[in-house]
Amino acid sequence: MRREIPLLITSIAGLVFAISYFIPHWPFGESESIFGDWITIVQSFAIWLGALNLLKVSFEKIYRKRKDSLYAGVIIFCLVATLIIGFYDGFSGLMQEPEVSFRAPGTHFDWVFVYIYTPLSSTMFAMLAFFVASASYRAFRARNFEATLLLIAAFFVMGGRVPLFDLPLLKLGISDVPYFSLFADWIMSYPLTGGMTAIMIGIALGIMSSSLRIILGIERSHVGGA
Amino acid sequence: MLSTVATILMIIVGLSMLYILYRTIKGQPIERRYVFLYIALAISLPLLMQKTAPVPVTRDVMKLVDALNELPPGSKVLAAFDYDPPSAPELQPMGVAFMKFAFKHDLQVIIMGLWPQGPQQANQAILEAMKDPEIAAKNLQYGVDYVNLGFQSGNEFVIQSMGSNFKRMFPKDDRLIPYDSLPIMNSVTNFSNIDFVFNLSSGKPGTVEWVQIAVDRFGAKCGAGNTAVQAPQVYPYLRTGQLTGLLGGMSGGAEFEKALDEEGKASTFIFSQMISHATVIAFILIGNVAFFMSRKKKKQ
Amino acid sequence: MNKKYTSCSLLLCSLFLTVFLLSFSPVSAQTEQEIIDSVNTIVSQQLEKEKSPAPPTEVEAVDKPNDGGGAVLINWTISDDGADIKGYIISRSESEQGPFHDISESVQGSDSYTDNKAIQGVTYYYQVKSYKDILDLNNEIQRITSPTVSTGPVVSTAQWFNTDRAWCLFFVLIISAAIIIFIEKAKKGSSVYVRKIAGIDAVDEAVGRATEMGRKIFYIPGIQDMNDVQTIAGIAILGRVGQLAATYETWLEVPVSKSLVMVTARETLKEAYTQVGRPDSFQEAQVHYLTDDQFGYAAAIDGMVVREKPATIFYMGAFFAESLILAETGNAAGAIQIAGTAMPSQLPFFVASCDYTLIGEELFAASAYLSKEPRQLGSLKGQDVGKAIFMAAIILGVIFETFGIWNLSQIFLVK
Repeated sequence: MRREIPLLITSIAGLVFAISYFIPHWPFGESESIFGDWITIVQSFAIWLGALNLLKVSFEKIYRKRKDSLYAGVIIFCLVATLIIGFYDGFSGLMQEPEVSFRAPGTHFDWVFVYIYTPLSSTMFAMLAFFVASASYRAFRARNFEATLLLIAAFFVMGGRVPLFDLPLLKLGISDVPYFSLFADWIMSYPLTGGMTAIMIGIALGIMSSSLRIILGIERSHVGGA
Repeated sequence: MLSTVATILMIIVGLSMLYILYRTIKGQPIERRYVFLYIALAISLPLLMQKTAPVPVTRDVMKLVDALNELPPGSKVLAAFDYDPPSAPELQPMGVAFMKFAFKHDLQVIIMGLWPQGPQQANQAILEAMKDPEIAAKNLQYGVDYVNLGFQSGNEFVIQSMGSNFKRMFPKDDRLIPYDSLPIMNSVTNFSNIDFVFNLSSGKPGTVEWVQIAVDRFGAKCGAGNTAVQAPQVYPYLRTGQLTGLLGGMSGGAEFEKALDEEGKASTFIFSQMISHATVIAFILIGNVAFFMSRKKKKQ
Repeated sequence: MNKKYTSCSLLLCSLFLTVFLLSFSPVSAQTEQEIIDSVNTIVSQQLEKEKSPAPPTEVEAVDKPNDGGGAVLINWTISDDGADIKGYIISRSESEQGPFHDISESVQGSDSYTDNKAIQGVTYYYQVKSYKDILDLNNEIQRITSPTVSTGPVVSTAQWFNTDRAWCLFFVLIISAAIIIFIEKAKKGSSVYVRKIAGIDAVDEAVGRATEMGRKIFYIPGIQDMNDVQTIAGIAILGRVGQLAATYETWLEVPVSKSLVMVTARETLKEAYTQVGRPDSFQEAQVHYLTDDQFGYAAAIDGMVVREKPATIFYMGAFFAESLILAETGNAAGAIQIAGTAMPSQLPFFVASCDYTLIGEELFAASAYLSKEPRQLGSLKGQDVGKAIFMAAIILGVIFETFGIWNLSQIFLVK
């Protein structure tokens, strides 16, 4: 029964979702919103599950004096400190008239967001620039005909998406038309869109087939089945 | 002074790349960490050079600008800020330019976010836009001219629920004011009362979900700004007309600023991006030289 | 209207007063006439401004089609006055005689409004009028409205089928039927050929390599929750990888970014270990939560990869901008990497940095491919029928649209 009940819920919810796309009448039309509300509630509670697991794993690392226990200490400190700041701002905001959200500009939580969280996250995303360069350095090589085509396309898109190739043309007065920009735009609009659309059609069919397997209970690996 | 030093350093960096090419031809390709170093210099030095580059406005950006220009004063625009601080360098300039345009053209802006940090990014964009003297003179009222409904969890299901009723998902706004007490929301029940949806997105939930649900199911008109990484996935929706205009990455942001005549950070950053693109192209060429040299060696 | 008459009277009074005063002042007759003319002009301009705008025409209220009830669509043809009109006021009543209450204002240029606050089954009457705002002589905004145009009665009802999506239903039924038919055929023993998927065939080798090197295997199921089919596909593959890892007695670690994925992955892995007869080898700590935050998650995994140098890394699920950050770090750490995602924009990054990549639909086929179960393999065959239909539609569409024979794309448009 541990496996059958989740499979039954999946099948019913999947079928109702599919039907509600075509039948707007009650109760089908409303079902997606109702299921959506449930998902929101379950997900909100599940955040605690993850946070508690993170604390448990981190405390265990410190207790067993594993080599990464320093990092575990940093995680616990950051998690608890952010929670306390958030709760403090939340409760003090409720006491004020009118009420002030803990996320409102000027709160301690907002300070943490702007001056700690934002720079840290931005640093991680910025690393993408370095990795794109190193991956391009390694991957864009004219190994064969297809790879050479890819290399040429990359060359024109990278130079055309910024005014790199057009700048000399415009500055020297050779042409008023940004040909390279237009060519890069053409590559993005047609060959790229064509390829993307084809992959997306394949993905859509794959999702459909997977969904059917899940709804019919044939695919049950995700609930621990064979 | 600083600009001159940066320019001289940039020239030295450029010339040293010729040395790397020479080493590569000699069969001594460089390590990955030098690529990282050059990229860091190629991004940071141009920022100090304080130069801008002429950006041609492409068709997809112009489509969005045309759609925005067609909105008469008083139109209700739903601005969905679905990104967090990491994507802010690319998307925030678009958000600021959009806010400035909307406020100057008397559009009524309803802000929301499917990402927890989105509404905070929107608040920062509003503060930036309010610094404009023309907008400051308008003395815009929160709740009347614009509102921030805040974040709601539930990803694409939030859009789905908004299709029947906005209030259901946002009983209170970001400042905890009840929905019914906001004059701007008085005549808004669902998407049929919204004239345009502007989405800034760096992932999921984002533009794809807005197109698939708000546009396809509820008939909304939607334009979007995406990070450069995300943009290629959205292009097919642009060609089918499901999406009205797209701003892709920093260059899209710079074009948007130029088209709206609201020069901001994207216009400044585009020069840095141009130099970093040139560096990547140079490294691709060097990589190919290294590849052909090694192949030649193998053949010998 | 009273305000209008008041401002007109004020204007006329000021005119008479000016003429009266001028008759005593020592100005020439010509100047006198000029002043009278200019005042006359101001009066006529103000009267022109205060004229009612033209009302909208062809006002019609209908039940909003293809909805679940509770909405009425009001359409009209916009007024002639064009630029002067600021918008339209829509009012509603449950009786033809009224009273009508204003329910909304539409902006200039709009020619429809959807009343979403209608109650299903109740009869309504609507009125629409245009309006313009002018500045009176005291510099105050005055709203001037046109005569109202009424329409009704109209009753909002719910529909049992969304006719706009008929074509979509047609194709869904055909493809679903094909999938089910092939599943049934496979159940009855008909053989199904599935082409080789290099990335999946390499799973054995990747797990074996980790065993030989005595290092860990990392399995990253993406950054989306269980409501994403890609995550479900990723978890399904985890089950197969788990069986191999349990057989080879290699440590498999699954750091996740969503709590529900953590719970599901644990159940899947526990079952996988049980199936190969090693339930005791499974430890809950193998699956652990890191953070919901996209780049926080990427940073944590990068740290783990750099410190622990896993022999093999699997990326199976939905990935975004963090894909390259993860894959390049894994590449630098010398791990054998197998990725699978249905996020088209991330595929180039995985292809550049990983040893094998499952592209789009291959991710969904992987579980069936690994299970070798006929019913699952049959569904892949059905999926191919769908692909054939799409290819035929694309070819026909290109031909028809190119020669302008038939507007195929408009026929299949799903609203």
